[in-house]
Amino acid sequence: MFLKEYISDVYNGVSSLLKGMRKTGYYFTHPKEIITEQYPDNRATLVMAERFKGEVVMPHDQNNEHACTGCTACELACPNGTIKVVTKFDITPEGKKKKAVDALVYRLELCTMCNLCVIACPSDAIKMAPNFEHSVFDRSKLTKILNKTGSKIREGIE
Amino acid sequence: MYNQTEVIKDTSELGAEGELIINMGPQHPATHGVLHLVVTLNGETIKKIEPHLGYIHRSIEKMCESLTYRQFIYVTSRMDYLSSHINNLGCALLVEKGMQIEVPERAKYVRVILSELTRIASHELWLGAMAMDLGAFTPFFYAFREREMITDIMEETCGARLTMNYIVPGGLMYDIHPDFQKKVKAFITQFKAKVTEYEDLVTNNIIFQSRTKGVGVLTAEDAISFGCTGPVARASGVSCDIRKLYPYDVYDKVEFDEVIETAGDSFARYMVRVKEMNQSIRIIEQLIDTIPEGDFVGKTKNVLKLPKGEFYTRVETARGEFGIYVVSEGGTTPHRIKFRSPGFSNLSALNHMAAGSKIGDLMATMGTLDLVIPDIDR
Repeated sequence: MFLKEYISDVYNGVSSLLKGMRKTGYYFTHPKEIITEQYPDNRATLVMAERFKGEVVMPHDQNNEHACTGCTACELACPNGTIKVVTKFDITPEGKKKKAVDALVYRLELCTMCNLCVIACPSDAIKMAPNFEHSVFDRSKLTKILNKTGSKIREGIE
Repeated sequence: MYNQTEVIKDTSELGAEGELIINMGPQHPATHGVLHLVVTLNGETIKKIEPHLGYIHRSIEKMCESLTYRQFIYVTSRMDYLSSHINNLGCALLVEKGMQIEVPERAKYVRVILSELTRIASHELWLGAMAMDLGAFTPFFYAFREREMITDIMEETCGARLTMNYIVPGGLMYDIHPDFQKKVKAFITQFKAKVTEYEDLVTNNIIFQSRTKGVGVLTAEDAISFGCTGPVARASGVSCDIRKLYPYDVYDKVEFDEVIETAGDSFARYMVRVKEMNQSIRIIEQLIDTIPEGDFVGKTKNVLKLPKGEFYTRVETARGEFGIYVVSEGGTTPHRIKFRSPGFSNLSALNHMAAGSKIGDLMATMGTLDLVIPDIDR
């Protein structure tokens, strides 16, 4: 009786091992079913989801114009103090003073990618970009000014 | 004035004759995080377990007092990071309840589908990690394969894989991705085909069964007295599913069973979670084809102000009851906020469950509690 149990235990152990080995062997011979991505090597073909929240950017068009009015809605919506809007006063052709953004300072190291600034923006001036490779050697490089130098607000945005 | 010679902890009584004190963690590979367990052993038998907390305390409750009702939702993703979507949902429900905000049907449906997907993803990760605790390495990769499909869906629709922050008071942050329904259906097909692999690899495995059956038994009375919720309490036969008892969003419209086991041991807790995944699939199947058209976010005021008073909402996360208690003074920020996290109460039962058993069984008991340390420490 003891011998019978011993043999059946060994048989069950070996059969369960083989069951697992058959599974791994299947994936070894079917490499197309393996979903592992060889990340740094597949950089050229890597496609991130378009909504992926990697960093905040400010899109500029070909005339180097953006849609930011400097209303500081994003600064108020941010829970971490990531965004700081520095405003200036432009003189319009009619001679009036108009508020405009001087620098939209974005501190990536404080950002938690919560997207609250993007949905708070009334003129869709900022959006999330799917870049995720943010490693730099110096922390000060993570503080960015989102509006490009010499850029101005697009016509017709109040 | 701080007394320099004050005895912070008297350890003389712990080191009694024949006893051995082992510090498990804070970085033990089997503890899933920075949890420090002071285990008092007599030979190989556990006499006492004392969890030490606070290694990743971030004072989230205090932090929330300075954030507005739109801003404080994202912080709760950082508590129970495996069911962050459900935490966000609980916070949004509280604000909606307090301010009587109307939520569109479409948003409710999507919220429930995403909650159930989060629950499956959380249980998948738990299954892989739990099997790895017990020495089986392969199920980890099989569980993560299906979980990867869910994180891809989350990435496409919510924009992040773990800390989604997709819910705002009144609905959703933006509409679902056009491919959402197609991808979820593809996931359901894949999950149903591959779930038998777990049965072969883990459930029917004789080593796994003998390591979990009869280990870490928690009776129904003890589960209630320790305040356990979620799969831990349901494995002991306590009916405590918030989705059934206090339905929120569209849980009252869907048919699903509350999974209850009566054995109360580690294997029962394992079975509850595996069966719960199938129930989640059942809920998603009922909703995915009938997502109504319409707005994804209701009309809300620009500045949210809860009326003066006290508010409490609860949701069923993958680990149990997650409660949010807010005292409002009528301003834009909460006056006081308290989170009732399921992990903390479940951890409190660990000493009772593991005392008297062997140290090798502690891994199975702790693994089936499904502890997420940021949820306990906050």
